[in-house]
Amino acid sequence: MAIELNFEIKESDFSLAGKASSKIKKMLKQLNVDAKIIKRIVVAIYEAEVNVVAHSFGGNLMAKIDEKKIEVTVTDRGPGIENIEKAMEAGYSTASKKVREMGFGAGMGLPNIEKNTDELKITSKPGGGTTLFFRNYL
Amino acid sequence: MHKNLFEVKITDIVELTKAKIVAGNPADIFLIEKAFSSDLMSDVLTLDEENILLITGLANVQLIRTAEMSDIHVVLLARNKKASSEMIQLAEENGLVLLETPFSIFKTSGILFSNGLKPVY
Repeated sequence: MAIELNFEIKESDFSLAGKASSKIKKMLKQLNVDAKIIKRIVVAIYEAEVNVVAHSFGGNLMAKIDEKKIEVTVTDRGPGIENIEKAMEAGYSTASKKVREMGFGAGMGLPNIEKNTDELKITSKPGGGTTLFFRNYL
Repeated sequence: MHKNLFEVKITDIVELTKAKIVAGNPADIFLIEKAFSSDLMSDVLTLDEENILLITGLANVQLIRTAEMSDIHVVLLARNKKASSEMIQLAEENGLVLLETPFSIFKTSGILFSNGLKPVY
């Protein structure tokens, strides 16, 4: 039995960032998943939500949960990441002043997603969208 | 005053920092061992520890969300920052204890450190 959840993420709308991770956290709790495992995946999802709000033209997040794993796909409508290698470096950031005032934009988002996931794949091209896929075993 | 070097009660934190409880029931959580002071949620999200006290001057909804995702159950707003009604509502929904102190982060941290709260690192 697999559960699939879909969320739309709007550009620049910080008030809604955390909606997907919050819902997924509640669901994983109901499924009696270990708290440490829940924390890792919801931190990764939350960072991904903040990234879409902070850097993209909007996108969506899809989570698939079954007995053994959770898979998350986050897709946005651009503008794409110029240099993925650089974006993965801790401390590298292209965040705006507004994003930094919100308490983010320290260049920790993608490295923290990598740290908190078992598998991570990023595909992006400048001018196009970015897709993040990550998987954690429950 | 509770003087255990390893754990501090929420009610002690309230008393020591002259804090006001704006959300949650402080009796729900009895003891806290460690604290982290930061205005940067990006750094809070990198912590592996749970059940810590977060001291911050950042008063927005993302603070509450960050606490929720990080399994932080007590947040102390310093520098006389006030929680918005949206923050309080979200904190209540998530069972988060939200406190407000008129003290600066430095003073708040110093008082709590000298009363037994340990740093995360």
